[in-house]
Amino acid sequence: MSGMDASDPVLVAVGVTVEFGGIRALDGLSLEVGRGSITALIGPNGAGKTTFFNCLTGIYRPKSGDLFFLPGDGRTIPLTLLSPDRVTQQGIARTFQNIRLFNNLTVLENVLIACHCRMKAGLLGALLRDSRTMREEREMEEYSFALLDRYGLGGQVNELAKNLPYGEQRRLEIVRALATRPKLLLLDEPAAGLNDRETEDLAGLIRLIRDELELSVLLIEHDMGLVMGVSERIHVMDYGKPIAEGTPEEIQRDPEVIRAYLGEG
Amino acid sequence: MTGGIPNANGGVPKTPAKSLRPRLLGLGRGLLSSSFSGLWLALVAFPIVIMRFDATARSIDFLWERLPRLVAVCVAGAIAFRFLLRHKAMGAFRERLSLGASSPKGDPRGRLGRLYDGLSGGRARIPLAIALGLLLLCLPFRSNPYSVSIYTTALIYITLGLGLNIVVGVSGLLNLGYVAFYAIGAYTYALLNTHFGLGFWVCLPLGALAATLLGFLLGLPILRVSGDYLAIVTLGFAEIVRLVLDNLKFTNGPRGIPHIAHPGFFGLDLDKSVKPFLVGRGLLHPNTDLDQVLLYFIVLAVVALTVVCVHRLENSRLGRAWLALREDEVACQAMGVSRWRAKLTAFTLGSTWAGLAGVIFASQITFINPKSFSFMLSVIILSIVVLGGMGSIPGVILGAIVLILAPEYLRFFDDYRMLLFGLIMVLMMVFRPEGIIKATRKVREYKRHADGESGEGAPEEGAPEGAPAR
Repeated sequence: MSGMDASDPVLVAVGVTVEFGGIRALDGLSLEVGRGSITALIGPNGAGKTTFFNCLTGIYRPKSGDLFFLPGDGRTIPLTLLSPDRVTQQGIARTFQNIRLFNNLTVLENVLIACHCRMKAGLLGALLRDSRTMREEREMEEYSFALLDRYGLGGQVNELAKNLPYGEQRRLEIVRALATRPKLLLLDEPAAGLNDRETEDLAGLIRLIRDELELSVLLIEHDMGLVMGVSERIHVMDYGKPIAEGTPEEIQRDPEVIRAYLGEG
Repeated sequence: MTGGIPNANGGVPKTPAKSLRPRLLGLGRGLLSSSFSGLWLALVAFPIVIMRFDATARSIDFLWERLPRLVAVCVAGAIAFRFLLRHKAMGAFRERLSLGASSPKGDPRGRLGRLYDGLSGGRARIPLAIALGLLLLCLPFRSNPYSVSIYTTALIYITLGLGLNIVVGVSGLLNLGYVAFYAIGAYTYALLNTHFGLGFWVCLPLGALAATLLGFLLGLPILRVSGDYLAIVTLGFAEIVRLVLDNLKFTNGPRGIPHIAHPGFFGLDLDKSVKPFLVGRGLLHPNTDLDQVLLYFIVLAVVALTVVCVHRLENSRLGRAWLALREDEVACQAMGVSRWRAKLTAFTLGSTWAGLAGVIFASQITFINPKSFSFMLSVIILSIVVLGGMGSIPGVILGAIVLILAPEYLRFFDDYRMLLFGLIMVLMMVFRPEGIIKATRKVREYKRHADGESGEGAPEEGAPEGAPAR
């Protein structure tokens, strides 16, 4: 796991440009995410980090540039033409900056929905409830429960998502993303609104997930404690462009980064 | 809420008299402002209640003697409304205060919901279900023809409500043109029956199929729009269908199609062979035809089938995709659900039940014309779903019963029927927006498999946030 090999990326972005009207949200962004790594993407507000996530997950279509996803089975999947659900099926899952849970459904149902693309049952199966459909249902329910239990939500299975405390809603969003069985997990500001203790728990959770489920994590975050503590590689963006890249130690010393964050002077 | 202005007298608010004054002030203001609301209401109702158009004399009569009563009712209504609103706000406030502690009143489902839970969950469940089933089976035999036809109508609307519930309640797609598919089903049967002599039983699946197909074809282009736009497009579509039926030659235009056959029963003429026997033994109301009773049972069976289907769909992969779509479209896609496919299946399947209900409707009433499928009907079906409880099967059933039976038995209210209907809807939206019986989520029981596995499970039980320990 520790061997973060630069020549074995799970995600490659080449010159990605996104424009909204006349504004360039992403300006020829190129970066690589190493397989099995925890990589952070940081930068001031409006730097284009979430826009980049939205490009990856098919919500926006870049004006130019390419995005490739290498799930590790030898395939290279271009992402720019896939719809969001296809992206998820290929093995990229995400969470949202402003939590987007299915509020009026239970915690378990939230996770079960995420199993959707790993299930096969169709209309007839639903109506006839044949043995294969029921077995699949049962397996998925057990899988979802095990996942929730493993990552600390086993006691709230039947709770409505909207009734969870804020920190657990964040956690549920991550578990829900995991249920799609991703190879690459995109976390959009997972620590936003969490207190110090919860942020610490989150760092542990991210590491645990990476180690147990053998996936790669790309993380957008403003909480520098979390970023420096958990990530192995950091990309810094400003005005839609990468301005620095390196290990947490390198980034902390980078004058370019300090200027972007603190302004001139 | 009213609270009043802080007491300007100063002093220690110890005696009740001092704290009473702002409260009385608030009460007075509340009464005053609701009286104004009541007067406004009376003004709005004025043309309906006081003015009467005399067609023969071509003049307008003013029934002034009604005025005091009108004003009194409106003002009293407005005051009651304000009181209830305040009561509701206070209830929510108290609930928030006690949210930390385990509040016995925390159950958001309310009394009716709990009653329903008690009836459907407890030990009484099976006997109750049997009793209800027997009642439903015996009902048509002892009732007069008028009642049987009302029951049948109510059952048809239950089918419609449950079908629309898939689209609106479960998937969150606001379909205001549901009646179009109902019309397609009805016309399919009517045309096939009168032109080709096809029977009810052949046409039942055909009508459903026609509506499904149309739902699919319409769904393809319009599901790109969502929310209010979807509502408008479906509304427009329903109007187009109605206008087409109104103008086509082979549908006989506005004159409609008469003499549609009742459902057959293995070619037997029940009213000749069995009816005298049943009536002789007092098992059947003498004026009720067995044709009617048969139709009642057919719809009852269709409703039972619908309930089973909808329930199964809701708890399947497909149904969860619909729920996800309703809850959050973006997240739904991000979870690997094809938004397009989920929308299309919901829309199409919803139409299927409208088609089924349409065939039954045509065979019940034996005469249909485009007027039977007005926009008002779409609104009523939508009201059934909203009033009953979006996404809740028992809610929709109850909603249909209330909305279809109540107007029939409220005929003595005559002109004010629709007014009353509107009033009920307004009150429901204010005081119980989630419907009569709120949809509940399935509760599942789980045991941890911890003891069999790596042994990490045990400590985690005590500390749910076991993850960061590593």
